[in-house]
Amino acid sequence: MARSGRGFNTVSPAEKVVRYTLLLVVLVITVGPFLWQLSTSLKGVSEDVFTQTPTFIPQHPTLSNYTEVAKTIPVWAYAGNSLIVAVLVVAGNAIGATLAGFALAKLRFRGSKLVLGLFLATLILPSEVTIISQYVIVRGLGFSDSLIGVALPGAIQMLNVLLMRTAFLSIPADVDAAAIIDGATAWQRLIRIGLPNVKGMLSVVVIFSFIFAWDDFLWPLIVLTDPDKYTLTVGLQYLNGTFSSNPRLIAAGTMIAFLPIVVIFALLQRFFFKGVDAGAIKG
Amino acid sequence: MTHKRWFTPWLLIAPAAVWLVLFNAVPAINTVILSFTNAKPLGGGQFIGLGNYTRMFDDQQLVDALINSIVYMVVCVPLLTLLPLLLAVLVEKKLRGIAFFRIAFYTPVIASAVVVALIWGWLLNDRGVINGMAERLGFLSGPLPFLTDRWLLLFSAIGLTVWKGLGYYMIIYMSALGNVSRELHEAAAVDGAGPVRRFFSVTVPGVRNTMLLISVLISVFALRVFSELYILSNGTGGPGGRDMSLVMLIQLYGQGLTGHLGYASALSVLLFVVTVGPMLFLARLNRKES
Repeated sequence: MARSGRGFNTVSPAEKVVRYTLLLVVLVITVGPFLWQLSTSLKGVSEDVFTQTPTFIPQHPTLSNYTEVAKTIPVWAYAGNSLIVAVLVVAGNAIGATLAGFALAKLRFRGSKLVLGLFLATLILPSEVTIISQYVIVRGLGFSDSLIGVALPGAIQMLNVLLMRTAFLSIPADVDAAAIIDGATAWQRLIRIGLPNVKGMLSVVVIFSFIFAWDDFLWPLIVLTDPDKYTLTVGLQYLNGTFSSNPRLIAAGTMIAFLPIVVIFALLQRFFFKGVDAGAIKG
Repeated sequence: MTHKRWFTPWLLIAPAAVWLVLFNAVPAINTVILSFTNAKPLGGGQFIGLGNYTRMFDDQQLVDALINSIVYMVVCVPLLTLLPLLLAVLVEKKLRGIAFFRIAFYTPVIASAVVVALIWGWLLNDRGVINGMAERLGFLSGPLPFLTDRWLLLFSAIGLTVWKGLGYYMIIYMSALGNVSRELHEAAAVDGAGPVRRFFSVTVPGVRNTMLLISVLISVFALRVFSELYILSNGTGGPGGRDMSLVMLIQLYGQGLTGHLGYASALSVLLFVVTVGPMLFLARLNRKES
C-alpha cells in the first residue's frame, strides 16, 4: 500500500501515540459498558455491586446468576424462541430476496419497472407506521400470539430485495450472454452464474436479517401475550419490570441475549467489512 | 429476447410480491382507513370522520411526545453527524490492530436496543457506577435522578441513541472517506495545513453529501425512537408519562384487547407525515447520486 513515500502512508511516532490513545479512549466508551455488565453478571451475591468503588474484576467469579435467572424466567426457552424467529426470518429473506432480486435485475418482462417502483416506494414507509395494521392482518391470518406471527412480516424485507437486485446487476452482461445463447433457463442462470457472484451481498443480507430478528422488540411485544412464547428481548423487559431489585440477574439475562450476536458477528464480520470496502453499505 | 415461459419472472417475484402487498401496501392503506374509524380489536369500526385527528389537539401526552421528538432530533442530528465522522477519520489509517478497533466500535450497533438500554439503566441507576463514581470524586452530593426525572430521562435516552449509533454512521463515513481525494490531502499537507485545517477544508467538503444523507437518516430515526425510552422508563413513559415518544403512544393505543386501533392508526398517519419529508428528500438525494 506504500504508494507515495513520505507523508501519507507513514505515520510519525507522535501521531501514532495520539491515535492509539484516542482509539483506546473510544474503546473504553463503546465496549466498557458491555464489559461492566459482564462483570456484574459474574459477581456473586456476597459481593456488593452497589458500593461507590465496585471492583471491575469480580472477586469470586461465579456463573450462579445464569442458573438463577433461568429459575426466575425461562430464559433458555426464550433464547430458543428468538432463534426460531431468527432462522425463519433469515431463510425467508435469503430465498425471497434472492429470487425477486434476480428477476428484477436479470430478466426482462412487462411491468418490471412498475414492480421495481413499488418495491422502492415501500422504503419511505417506516415500519412503525404500519405496525398496527400489520398486527390486524397477522391476527386475521390466525397467527397472533405465535412465533410464526412474530417472524412473518419481516420474513421478506423489501430493502433486501433491492440489495440483492443491486448485487445481481453488478454481474457483467456478457457473463450471462453465453449462458443465454446456450439456451440456459432462468433457473439455471440463477443457480450457476447468479448465486456464485452474489455471495458477498447474500451474507450481508443473512447477517442483518439475523440481527434484525434477534434484536427486534416492538413487534414481538405487540404480537405476543403468552409469557411462554416470549422472545428474549420481550422476556428481558418482563424480567426488568418484575424483578428489578437484583441487577446481577438482569446482567446475566442481557449477556445471554448479547453474546450470541457478538459471536455470529465476529465470525461473519469479514463479509460485512468487505461489503463496506466495496461500497455496498450506503445507508 | 423473449422467454420461453413468460411467467417465470413472475414466479420468482411472487413471494416478495405477496409480502409487498400483504405487509406493506395493504397495511398502509388500512392504516389510513382505520384512522377515520373508532375500530377496537373486538368490534367497533364505524366511520367517525376526523374524530381521531381532532382528538389529537386535546392529547397532552401527544404534545409532550412531539416536544420530546423535537428535542431528540435537535440533539441527535449534530452529534451523530459529527462524532462518527471524527471516528471514521480515526480508524481510517491502516495502523496495526485497526480492524479490531473498527469491529469493537461497531458492537453497540449489533446489540439489541433492549440490551443496551438495560445496560445503561444499570449504569445510570441511583446506586449505579456513574452516580457512585461522581459522588466519590466529589462532583455530586447525592445521586442524579437520571431515570426518574422527565428531562434527565429524555437526555439519558438521547445519549444512549447517540452512543449506539456512533459505529453505524462511522461505517457509512468510512466508505465515503475512500472517495476523498488523497492528492488533495497531500497537496494541503505540502502547503503546511495541519490536521485540523485539513479536516475542515478537505475532509468535510469531500463528504458533504454523506453528511447530508446521515443527518436526514438521523432525523427520521429520532422520530421513530421506541425501545430506548420504553426500557429506560420501564414501560411507564417516565414520570407522569411525559417521556413518551410517538411510537410509544402508537404501541400504547394499538396493543391489547382494549386498544383504540382508530386512534393508534391516526397517530401512525401523523408519524408518516412527519417522517415523509426527510424520506422524500433522501430519495431525491439518492437518485442524484446514482
